[in-house]
Amino acid sequence: MTAAIVNWHAIRAIYLFEMARTWRTPLQSIVSPVISTSLYFIVFGGAIGSHMPVIGGVPYGAFIVPGLIMLSLLTQSIANASFAIYFPKFTGTIYELLSAPVAWWEAVMAYVGAAATKSILLGLIILLTASFFVPEIRIEHPLFMLLFLALTATTFSLFGFIIGIWADGFERLQVVPLLIVTPLTFLGGSFYSIDMLPGFWRTVALFNPVVYLISGFRWSFYGVADVGLGVSLGMTLVFLAACIAVVGWIFRTGYRLKN
Amino acid sequence: MPPMQPIISVTNLSKTYKSGFSALKGVDLSIRRGEIFALLGPNGAGKTTLISIICGLVNPSSGQVLADGHDIVTDYRAARAKIGLVPQELTTDAFETVWSTVNFSRGLFGKRRDPALVEQVLKDLTLWDKRDTQIRMLSGGMKRRVLIAKALAHEPQILFLDEPTAGVDVELRQDMWKLVRGLQERGVTIILTTHYIEEAEEMADRIGVISKGEIILVEEKAELMRKLGRKQLTLSLQEPLASVPPALASYNLALEAEGNELVYTYDTKAERTGITALLQDLSQANIRFKDLHTSQSSLEDIFVSLVRDRR
Repeated sequence: MTAAIVNWHAIRAIYLFEMARTWRTPLQSIVSPVISTSLYFIVFGGAIGSHMPVIGGVPYGAFIVPGLIMLSLLTQSIANASFAIYFPKFTGTIYELLSAPVAWWEAVMAYVGAAATKSILLGLIILLTASFFVPEIRIEHPLFMLLFLALTATTFSLFGFIIGIWADGFERLQVVPLLIVTPLTFLGGSFYSIDMLPGFWRTVALFNPVVYLISGFRWSFYGVADVGLGVSLGMTLVFLAACIAVVGWIFRTGYRLKN
Repeated sequence: MPPMQPIISVTNLSKTYKSGFSALKGVDLSIRRGEIFALLGPNGAGKTTLISIICGLVNPSSGQVLADGHDIVTDYRAARAKIGLVPQELTTDAFETVWSTVNFSRGLFGKRRDPALVEQVLKDLTLWDKRDTQIRMLSGGMKRRVLIAKALAHEPQILFLDEPTAGVDVELRQDMWKLVRGLQERGVTIILTTHYIEEAEEMADRIGVISKGEIILVEEKAELMRKLGRKQLTLSLQEPLASVPPALASYNLALEAEGNELVYTYDTKAERTGITALLQDLSQANIRFKDLHTSQSSLEDIFVSLVRDRR
């Protein structure tokens, strides 16, 4: 038998393995992000939001929903994908993947596909949760909403995958999400419009890639955005392409995978 | 017999790690189709590095490896699909069940699901009763069986066993040997590394010795034991001797056990062993013995002397 062009059996095996891991730890995977997001809705949307002005015609409680979904999407995508590849490296079970007739892009498709699937599901669950707290939610462009959800989940799962390969200890695995991604998300307009910033800081904010994700995602809900839709999509795709390039390089050189 | 293409051919393979450590230095090795090949060597000799390169875990610095004619770098899919690897460490997914982890391995190697085949593999390894058990609940020996089952799940033609019986009880070791013989009968080529010389002696058709990153010897096991094996004749004396009598100097005898034993070492491959002459000369010198026995050097003795000579 000659080897297949694409090892679909392997992609399926890894994907199902990763999904099964989620269902084994439902508390960590699903329940805890839902609870923490609910707390945000109660505190920011309910308690504080009732004293906040309407932003761009959108009540504050509704305004923050897309930002909060993005916050969970980014952190969960990174956490899922980085752990998925870091853990086999840590325990040594990665030997099997490295010795298997699996191309690097097949492994990436499977791991990133599974991580992205999980965070997309989670994003939808949070959206559902939000609609209980914030009845004003409306989705003007549902297809774009799903597109941004999928693109962001994929991009940041890839980013997480890179972190998982780069990390050589549990501390490093936490450092990037904690020290870089969470600040970028908070400063990226989850809780406010970039227009509310003073002029200088507005310019600084435009260097934050998360601004474009949140802006585009919020536009798909309410039709209002900090930056144009094309720019948002373009920036997301640029980051996606950059992550693919880095992952390709990692597997071609065996960086942190093979001695 | 027509010359057959070797199932694995390693050509001028070198590996220098980033630290500067040179683990393999221009290794050439051919593995014959269907044989059991034992790779012996002290710790750090390069056994695991060699296996890791062939299986794709480590990038070679230079050289080439063909597995059943497929280059392991440029044609890795075809090459790796033929190879199963049982690693030295017991690295398993603790929370997976035996059944799911073995099926996972089969899928990873690009094979369609085949529950009947996986069932047979598990039964052969007496793991069938444990199929729904999480791997973390298993003993070390059972985990070893799981790793073997994972490697066999995609029906490899070449099986690498890296220290398969390290830390394994006697019963499992016997089972493993039986399993390996069964695989060989089905045409699987087996390459094993081991510390247990007994294992190589018991199992292998051919033996390779690696030391400091170089293959220093590859030989049929029987030939190796014949060639390098030495026999010793030990005579227990009735009266202890203070020294070997001058009349017997040409035999190169050793006096042991405080003069109570005379030891004569001879080559098994020599035309004449010289035993008859020795016994005659002994009786002429009026040396009487109450008992005698001969012993043949084991593979372990051979191995130790080979590796020591290189140092």
